[in-house]
Amino acid sequence: MESNTRPAATAKAGPMGGLVAVIARHRVLAALVVLAALPFVTPYEALAVNILIFGLYAMGFNLIFGYAGMLSFGHAALFGLGAYGCGVSIAKFAIPWFLALPIGIAVAGIGSVVIGWFAIRSRGIYFAMITLALSQVVYYSAYQWVSLTGGEDGLRGVNVPAIDVFGLHFDMLDPLVKYYVLYALAAVAIALFSRILHSPYGAVLEAIRENETRALACGYDVARTRWLAFILSGVFSGFAGALYAIHLSVVPIETLNYFNSAEVLMITLLGGMGTFFGAFVGAYVYIMLQDVMTVVTVHWQLVVGILFVVLILFFPRGIWGSLLKWVRA
Amino acid sequence: MTFDLILLQIFTGVALGSIFVLVALGLSLIFGLLTIVNFAHSQFFMLGAYVGVAVLGLTGNFWVALLAVPLIVGAIGMVCERVLIRPLYGRGIDYPLLLTFGLGLIILELVRIVAGTEGIPFNTPEGLTGAMDLGVFFFPKYRLFLIAVTALILVALWVFLEKTPFGLIIRAGARDPEIVQVLGVDVSKVWLIVFGIGTGLAALAGVLAAPIRGVFPEMGVPVLVEAFVVTVVGGMGSLLGAVIAGLAVGITLSMTSLFYPEMTTLSMFVLMAVVLIFRPRGLFGRAGVLD
Repeated sequence: MESNTRPAATAKAGPMGGLVAVIARHRVLAALVVLAALPFVTPYEALAVNILIFGLYAMGFNLIFGYAGMLSFGHAALFGLGAYGCGVSIAKFAIPWFLALPIGIAVAGIGSVVIGWFAIRSRGIYFAMITLALSQVVYYSAYQWVSLTGGEDGLRGVNVPAIDVFGLHFDMLDPLVKYYVLYALAAVAIALFSRILHSPYGAVLEAIRENETRALACGYDVARTRWLAFILSGVFSGFAGALYAIHLSVVPIETLNYFNSAEVLMITLLGGMGTFFGAFVGAYVYIMLQDVMTVVTVHWQLVVGILFVVLILFFPRGIWGSLLKWVRA
Repeated sequence: MTFDLILLQIFTGVALGSIFVLVALGLSLIFGLLTIVNFAHSQFFMLGAYVGVAVLGLTGNFWVALLAVPLIVGAIGMVCERVLIRPLYGRGIDYPLLLTFGLGLIILELVRIVAGTEGIPFNTPEGLTGAMDLGVFFFPKYRLFLIAVTALILVALWVFLEKTPFGLIIRAGARDPEIVQVLGVDVSKVWLIVFGIGTGLAALAGVLAAPIRGVFPEMGVPVLVEAFVVTVVGGMGSLLGAVIAGLAVGITLSMTSLFYPEMTTLSMFVLMAVVLIFRPRGLFGRAGVLD
């Protein structure tokens, strides 16, 4: 597992090593510069919004999977709770979207407190199984609570009207405007995420991943640190989910499906688990690939399956992780 | 609400649970020895049903299908273990899990390509249709048959594991593979066979469930979650736990559908949550298995 919680430590001799060190030191800025240009390197703007959202989602997932070393198979529940929390507020209670957004995040936060409390009692593969099972609880609940969630058809009527801020008019139906509004919100999350990794808490998290017994002996509360990691990860995932509801104007039931949990896993693996940029690199490659492949074949899941197998067998570091290793070698 | 009705629901639960027991047994057996969670397990279940349809179409005989399915799918499972999973041994516990998930997607999509996305009807075999008078109530013959087959498999598996030399090697391998290796046993061959038995059991469950659940590509999806719930309740790697928890989940489901039908799907998760609160390791889980 690659780590760059401490960017300064990544500085190594060599022509490329210096560049990598500079990027690592200013990683938030680097990420924001690249993301600012994103709508111009995708075939259409909606795709850029998807990449942004799934990049954020993978970033949150990466906290628990890459940095804490716990494989969650239930993050669809947290992403979906964010999406439904925000979507239901807008569609059923006519709350403006910028207020519905924090509601969505709060719902996902509560969900991750509860799911985390159960799942954290176990480790390794058990953790993966329990998170999957508990995420199915959320899925079935949303499926049956038709009056609130729209059930199988998904939630409709998540209207996002234009807003005026400081005399500026933002028409959310214009895809480019929508991208940059969501981009501004995402920027806050990315900066916050980087700050968390940099904090003493981030260091403890990685210490636990590397050697749990030693961290315990050093006096760190392992269970609490893990639980908090799960909650933080859930909050970021829920934020991405809430943005997704605003982006689509509907909340499909598929946001809660186990396949969504697998997709974020795939994106994280593809980009490189435990790397800061991996989430967005993975989201870019995965969503571009999906965009092309779903036109070519209806059997897109076959490609995902093969990708899983090939990545695990031959490139467990992912794209960004492999790049880092190559540069440092 | 009569006593008869409750008894009938318990019986129905046991029949339902028989499928869970077979699926969870395979999962647990593979975990106990290889320490990997086979996320493709439910797709082997689905594959079993489809191979059953194919064999039934060729021979027209349900009994031949019942015999052929675990052998064919078990062989496919062994090929998967040899080619895909073996290179991952010793590389951390998450890798085989992720790989088998990918494998599951591949199996699912290949079945969709070959057999189509539509469901295929699977008739209850002749001689097992209708109900049987059990004195207090009438019970569907096929479900009785399910319970009987599962009991038979359990006995066979017990004899195999406890009374044969190969079973001895499996039990020893589960405890300490290194020592077994030193004693001159080819452990990788043992793992290969165990993976074959595990996937074969899943496939058998699939063909047995076909007349009740129907045959369609996504039929495995809920099964994976059900098997996980059973395994978490019973305790990872415990065969006795798989049996008891499988029946308990089956009975929980059928009893909830009697008293509170809206909560049927959720009831097994409630059961799991309760077990997690009081016994995080599962009812029969071994200490240390989680670490």
